[in-house]
Amino acid sequence: MIDDSKPIFVQIAELIENNIVEGVLAEEAQVPSTNEFAAFHRINPATAAKGVNRLVDDGILYKKRGIGMFVATGAREILMSRRREVFYEQFLQPLAREARKLGIDGVQLAAMLAREQMLAREPELAPHEPARGSTAQLKEGAL
Amino acid sequence: MSTTVVSMENVSKAYKDVMALDGVSLRLEQDKIYGLLGRNGAGKTTLMSVLTAQGFASSGEFSVFGEQPHENEKVLSRICFIRESQKYPDDFKPFHAFKAAAIFYKDWDNALALQLAKDFQLPMKRRIKKLSRGQLSAVGVIIGLASRAELTFFDEPYLGLDAVARQLFYDSLLADYSEFPRTIVLSSHLIDEVANLLEHVIVIDKGKIIVDDDAENLRGSAFSVAGPAARVESFAAARAVLHREGIGALLSLTVEGVLSQAERREAAELGLEVGPVSLQQLVIKKTLDAGIAGVPDGAREETAKAARKSSRMGASQ
Repeated sequence: MIDDSKPIFVQIAELIENNIVEGVLAEEAQVPSTNEFAAFHRINPATAAKGVNRLVDDGILYKKRGIGMFVATGAREILMSRRREVFYEQFLQPLAREARKLGIDGVQLAAMLAREQMLAREPELAPHEPARGSTAQLKEGAL
Repeated sequence: MSTTVVSMENVSKAYKDVMALDGVSLRLEQDKIYGLLGRNGAGKTTLMSVLTAQGFASSGEFSVFGEQPHENEKVLSRICFIRESQKYPDDFKPFHAFKAAAIFYKDWDNALALQLAKDFQLPMKRRIKKLSRGQLSAVGVIIGLASRAELTFFDEPYLGLDAVARQLFYDSLLADYSEFPRTIVLSSHLIDEVANLLEHVIVIDKGKIIVDDDAENLRGSAFSVAGPAARVESFAAARAVLHREGIGALLSLTVEGVLSQAERREAAELGLEVGPVSLQQLVIKKTLDAGIAGVPDGAREETAKAARKSSRMGASQ
């Protein structure tokens, strides 16, 4: 949900990006209108529009005159490669930092990662799909 | 790009020995939602009274829709001002107030008024005098929304409204504004509640405008950093400190500016906790330490000293 950590229009843009990456919003699917975003997140419509327009500028969304906003073909791949670029900095570095603090060495870390990946692959060991809660909530809420 | 609805140039208003407005200059643009924030007695109501011709300025120039509003029916019919404690004639019931508003406002939407009356569970046939504080506020909120005036002022419209009714007001405001954009000025103390609705924020303190900026610029224009005092100090050394609070060897600073990825990492390596500053916190801190906010970059040393002083004087959240 919307918080104070960064400008709201950035959060709206990221939210839509997430939906695209996770496949909730398919390519060529219609995106909710700015007024729908505004009402759902209880934010100023101009702010919501700013977030959407940022994605239009990036070529992630495109406008169909008089109809609305749609996800561009190829948007998912653009977003995925962008995220891979920042993955190391955004996720790995903080993880390694915390591990150092707690005295977890590289071997233990690798073992943990292997275990996590195994759980993710074996549905009977992991009854809940990992890290999908927010997506399901959005699927129902945002549209 | 945007049309100016209100412009004020160096407007002052004195009540006997108090400067309620002290050299106020500002511009309101068409179809934006403004937040007019500030402490009690800061000058919010005076500002709105002057603009709606319910009070006179002592000096300065201002115009609404390009004209002087005083005794100007053409301008006044396009303005709606919902006062915090609006008085109605003694025997008025809500439906009388709505009928009067319907005559005055050419864009009055009676269906919306009736719907909102139902949503707010407003007894339409009880005398306004007998209504509770919250119901009285609801009458104002409904008139403010259903009038669809091009320029609408809400002066702390939520007094006595419970949390549910306030949410109803915010949601109705957003919904109707989305459909019928217009200029709205919302004066409020409950900054956290309205922060996300605002496109532009004006903070007034002791009659002076101390913040006049887009809400999105303000959001993330400051951050808090907390941890062992010496490390926090050195991390924030070259920055403008808005506010400081300490307990024992721990120090928490509210610092102006944006952190880069590298600086965030540096803070994390130092074991410092970096957090966002909400609009409400920002306003509180700017108002508490008014006078030192807006100090030019060269005077940071003084800023830090003054901030320490003000924090010693018992400034708290």
